[in-house]
Amino acid sequence: MTTLQPPAGVARRPDRPPKRDRRSWTGWGFIGPFAVVFAFVFLAPIAYSIYLSLFRDKLIGGTSFVGLDNYKQALQDDQFWSSLERVSLFLLIQVPIMLGIALLVALALDSGRLYGRNFFRISIFLPYAVPAVVATLMWGFMYGTRFGLVGDINSAFDVTLPDPLSADLVLASIGNIVTWEFVGYNMLIFYSALRVIPNSLYEAAEIDGAGQIRIISAIKLPAIRGALVIATIFSIIGSFQLFNEPSILRPLARNAITTDYTPNYYTYSLSFNGQQHNYSAAVAIIMGLITMVIAYVVQLRGMRKGA
Amino acid sequence: MRRTSGRLLRGLTLLSVLALGATACGGSDDDSSGQKAVSATDIQAALKKGGTVNVWAWEPTLKTVAADFQKKYPKVKINLVSERSGDKHYTALSNAISAGKGVPDVAQVEYFALSQYSLTKGLSDLAPYGADKLAAKYTPGPWNAVSEGDKVYGLPMDSGPMAMFYNKKVFDKYKIAVPTTWDEYVDAARKLHKADPKVYIANDAGDAGFTTSMLWQAGSRPYKVDGTKVTVNFEDAGAKKYTDTWQKLIDEKLVSPINGWTDDWYKGLGDGTIATLTTGAWMPANFVSGVPNASGDWRAAPMPQWTKGDKASAENGGSSLALPALGKNKELAYAFVEYANSGDGVQTRIKQGAFPATKAELQSTEFQNTKFDYFGGQEANKIFAESAANVASDWSYLPFQQYANSIFNDTVGKAYISGTKLAAGLKSWQDASIKYGNEQGFTVSK
Repeated sequence: MTTLQPPAGVARRPDRPPKRDRRSWTGWGFIGPFAVVFAFVFLAPIAYSIYLSLFRDKLIGGTSFVGLDNYKQALQDDQFWSSLERVSLFLLIQVPIMLGIALLVALALDSGRLYGRNFFRISIFLPYAVPAVVATLMWGFMYGTRFGLVGDINSAFDVTLPDPLSADLVLASIGNIVTWEFVGYNMLIFYSALRVIPNSLYEAAEIDGAGQIRIISAIKLPAIRGALVIATIFSIIGSFQLFNEPSILRPLARNAITTDYTPNYYTYSLSFNGQQHNYSAAVAIIMGLITMVIAYVVQLRGMRKGA
Repeated sequence: MRRTSGRLLRGLTLLSVLALGATACGGSDDDSSGQKAVSATDIQAALKKGGTVNVWAWEPTLKTVAADFQKKYPKVKINLVSERSGDKHYTALSNAISAGKGVPDVAQVEYFALSQYSLTKGLSDLAPYGADKLAAKYTPGPWNAVSEGDKVYGLPMDSGPMAMFYNKKVFDKYKIAVPTTWDEYVDAARKLHKADPKVYIANDAGDAGFTTSMLWQAGSRPYKVDGTKVTVNFEDAGAKKYTDTWQKLIDEKLVSPINGWTDDWYKGLGDGTIATLTTGAWMPANFVSGVPNASGDWRAAPMPQWTKGDKASAENGGSSLALPALGKNKELAYAFVEYANSGDGVQTRIKQGAFPATKAELQSTEFQNTKFDYFGGQEANKIFAESAANVASDWSYLPFQQYANSIFNDTVGKAYISGTKLAAGLKSWQDASIKYGNEQGFTVSK
């Protein structure tokens, strides 16, 4: 840019170059503290993971440089792909349900027809304030067929409810926990987006004789499209990073929740049970890239339609 | 703009490289081979001089032993970290060893996990400290587990010759004979469950330690280890005996799907819904502390046999105290280990319910005649001591057993929750173990 500039005499803003230089330094000064922290806690770990992923540490034979071998192995690793399949299934079913409920609740709150709106809002949001670990433990106790709520119902009514921690149902049970935890959070995103829609639009719609359904589909939904896209992206990332819930439920369902249940749990097991830090780093990086690509595609699509 | 961002990038790169450097230079380059012998006078001198010994061990009786040791050698401070056990303990230990920092001076290592650490030079050879001369003191099972040729990687702390604990009240109530063979065991399981559908002969939701011990008793030898050459094979006759019988219990839903050491488990042991427990002789102390309400209900009996009249037994659990190679204050650390596992500490620990690995204690009349109030005054140690004498000593664990156990429920666990057969589950455990072993530089085959 600077080297191809025309002679100074004909420049439209002759005072620009030195000023720009000074201005940019001031800017860096402001973000400096952030940049340092960012470099240490974000860039350095990523760089270190990439570095790690190029080696292989064996119990016998020690550490050796293997180039991209770990990546090749990960791409052919059935355990990794089946865990990715599992979280993708989770994503396809759980995320629409969760966002659908959150949207309904947000629209209901925003409609102004709800009695006790503040109480309703805070109680829907409350589960989000419960740490995921506590929430999972709590649900785990409810799911128990011998000691928990399910067990109590079974013995009180002499029925046999399906075991929520069985191999077939445990993914749905995890979905239920995650939905319970995050409906309130997503509701809040949608609700705050709805609150900033100018009143004049509603007035105009009323004058045109539009009903509530029409107002929702023609005004509210288009207006909060950005919020919808953001919530979807967060949910995709959240699904791909599923870890807390399966790892905490595992002691209750050791045979149903395997050590390669989700990609994150798989990398954790590789690293901490198998001492395969290098391979684990490669799997984590591949998973990070996949998440980034999918989140980016969703963002591009969502925003393009919105424009 | 471009210039500054270039500079920033360089700065960031530099930072990352610095961070890398800081994390990367913790590698271990200690080599513990070629040690000089350490004489008893060296150790005495070190004890006089004093220092701190960091010990990672969860064995409960060590607290008293550490206190006594400090009383005897006032200049030595034992820093006992006992919060972690099992997997968490090994994860922390492995991480400390690979980071080369924060490695304890003494670590509790169960017999099954010893070879993993000794093979990777994570533990010091104790023979130069005089540990090799202690061989005759210990029963053969534990000594085999801690020694390798003329090297000794730990001193046995306790042992777990197996016995069958059974709830006498339940067996008496339904007038069912206490099984002495595994066939009788299956019959008893059917009768008990028929008499009361809430009662199960045992709990089993898939436990690697239990399964390997059962295979051990059945004469199966799935793991053969010769240096880095390893074979894994669950298809021998012994394994077939075990899977045929245990499959019946699983198929007919005669074992309760409860994991050990959970609240459910203690509850089941207490209220009679779990009628037997086949496990190591270290169990009594846990009964007393974990299931106090069933005191008087339980008894100990020899492990059921595969052939009537046999006396075959196996070990379940048991640990040693070892010296990580990167630990410090070796002389003091060894002095403590010797005190706890060979010296005065042994008596202290037995008094608190630990099951010894030392011959003299096992054979002493005082030990054998101990009456267990919990078992209605039964002299249970006689049964345990006999079991200890009948443990076949040619069993070995994998040099990466810790990892293999961590994937047990991924593979064999399937047999407990789906149509997969136990034998097929063992086969996939075998395959996964072989794959991992080869990835780790071993030569593993079937």
